[in-house]
Amino acid sequence: MKKANVVQSLVSIAVVVVLLTVLNGFLSSFQARIFNLCGIYVILALSMNLINGFVGLFSLGHAGFMAVGAYTTAMLTMSKEMKEMNFFLEPIAPWLLNVQLPFPIALIVGGLMASLAAFIIGAPVLRLNDDYLAIATLGFSEIIRVIFTNTQSLTNGALGLKGLPYIGIANKSSEAYWWIWGIVIITVVFMVVLIKSTYGRAFKAIREDEVAAEAMGINLFKHKMMAFVIGAFFAGIGGSLLGHLMGTIDPLLFRYLLTFNIVLIVVLGGIGSITGSVISAIVVTIAMEVLRILDGTIKIGSLVINGIPGTRMVVFSVLLMVVILFYQRGLMGTKEFSWSWFKKLPFITKKAKIS
Amino acid sequence: MSLQTFLQHLVNGISLGSLYALLAIGYTMVYGILRLINFAHGDIFMLATYIAFYSVTTFLLPWWAAFLIAIILTALLGIILERAAYRPLRSSPRISIMISAIGASFLIENLAIVIFGGRPKAFPIAPIFSKILVVGDVSISIVTVIIPIVTAIALFILNYIVNKTKTGMAMRAVSKDYDAAKLMGININYIISFTFGAGSALAAIGGILWGLKYPQLIPLMGIMPGLKCFIAAVIGGIGNIKGAVLGGFILGLGEIAIVASSPALSGYRDAFAFVLLIVILLFKPTGLMGKNSAEKV
Repeated sequence: MKKANVVQSLVSIAVVVVLLTVLNGFLSSFQARIFNLCGIYVILALSMNLINGFVGLFSLGHAGFMAVGAYTTAMLTMSKEMKEMNFFLEPIAPWLLNVQLPFPIALIVGGLMASLAAFIIGAPVLRLNDDYLAIATLGFSEIIRVIFTNTQSLTNGALGLKGLPYIGIANKSSEAYWWIWGIVIITVVFMVVLIKSTYGRAFKAIREDEVAAEAMGINLFKHKMMAFVIGAFFAGIGGSLLGHLMGTIDPLLFRYLLTFNIVLIVVLGGIGSITGSVISAIVVTIAMEVLRILDGTIKIGSLVINGIPGTRMVVFSVLLMVVILFYQRGLMGTKEFSWSWFKKLPFITKKAKIS
Repeated sequence: MSLQTFLQHLVNGISLGSLYALLAIGYTMVYGILRLINFAHGDIFMLATYIAFYSVTTFLLPWWAAFLIAIILTALLGIILERAAYRPLRSSPRISIMISAIGASFLIENLAIVIFGGRPKAFPIAPIFSKILVVGDVSISIVTVIIPIVTAIALFILNYIVNKTKTGMAMRAVSKDYDAAKLMGININYIISFTFGAGSALAAIGGILWGLKYPQLIPLMGIMPGLKCFIAAVIGGIGNIKGAVLGGFILGLGEIAIVASSPALSGYRDAFAFVLLIVILLFKPTGLMGKNSAEKV
């Protein structure tokens, strides 16, 4: 990477950190929670974009990886007393009862377990293409969910886990903000570096034309597996964060509707654009909260409209269909944010020339 | 297991298998022609049950009229779905169409939650369908017997249409070679609409029978049967109608066999289809009755 690029990247990160600090100052606790959720969706969207957007594997297994990550981390961070309280129907497996790790380690273990799941799943599934891959990965995520529903002594089955500790080491709710957004920054940087590396180029080559890529000496299976495992790692991390942010998880949370939500975020942002995924994850998450007004009663002057619960989802899905049908490339297409955009602006051009 | 319980389970398995077969045909026909997984097919199935429900409870129609209206309206909905969500994207990459299918399914589900309400509703069952038949030691509800019979009739009609009529011949031509069929002067749009209509009508029949057998309606009821029936279509060899029927029966009988063999396994019932799918894809990727086609470069 050129020196100028490194400087620009560091400046970008610094700008983001300053922005985050400012935001942290005046967000109410409810708003901060939504903003945290945005961060988690950014991580999830990026991890899916790596698999679906950059390598072009249409995988629908995200909810499964998230479930693996979320459950692993939850089992590792919950205290012994909390576990005993949760598992009242059937006692918890004894070897799980006494394990307790600090949050960061548990988080990484959660991600690694998701990767492991992806590795096991990937070996047979990645040999399939297109629709078959989609349906097989979807199938796997459903199988994971069914297994989690039925292994009562490991996951507490359909009852789910309640009372997950807060994100962070000090067990304070305010800590979540920096943890989540810190991980978001790490994820974004990692993805950018990965995409710009030779691996990233190989991924894109596979997306554009598998046969040609193979003819160029790219090991298809290895690269596909790599993207799949890395994507699953971040999906697992995202799942863990989601679980700990909400404080409770159950298998129904990880239905394939969750996967679809993420697919839609990625599609809206532009398949194959990191910038697009980030923007779209934030906008969609906030929009979903703002649209909540539609579910309640709306008063315009003397006119009172009684909202029907669920209206916001209809509006959201209509918007989505409009994007799919008329703006297939999504918000960004495959374009990315770069500082050179600003050079095009008239008032900066001069400065750029001088320097 | 005594002979009596075995027969009981067998009858249940056959009737569940028939329901899966009816839905799977819709998937297989659409895939055969458009190479598209119609994710919204399960939701079309759900809409059919709700139309039948409202025809009977709100419009007070007799059951046969309600069922007829449900089948016709559902077929129309299937055609509209194709016009609105798939036709504009027909020349786009397959991924776009698949995402559109996911989006359409999402939209239908959310609309259904708003319009029909999220609370479960009880499917109205006319008295003739609630009789219990006792054959020897086996007692079965009459619906369980009606389902395979209706399925057989529907399949017979479909088989006639596909193999003996001009439209059917055109359908087969389109699924064999889309472009060549177009060059031969086949009206592709009409054939695709017809396929969606026929598939949706079969889904409607399946939905109504499903409602009679499992009389609880919720807006998300189509998701699981939808996924499983797609799997049934893949197992049988996608694009092959007989294969879809075979796959449907394998799935139905297999699920009942799991539940019947041990109650401890019944929780894993929903996983059976997916495990079967992966096993089939690994060893016979084109399905049991599918033909091999080499990839063209």
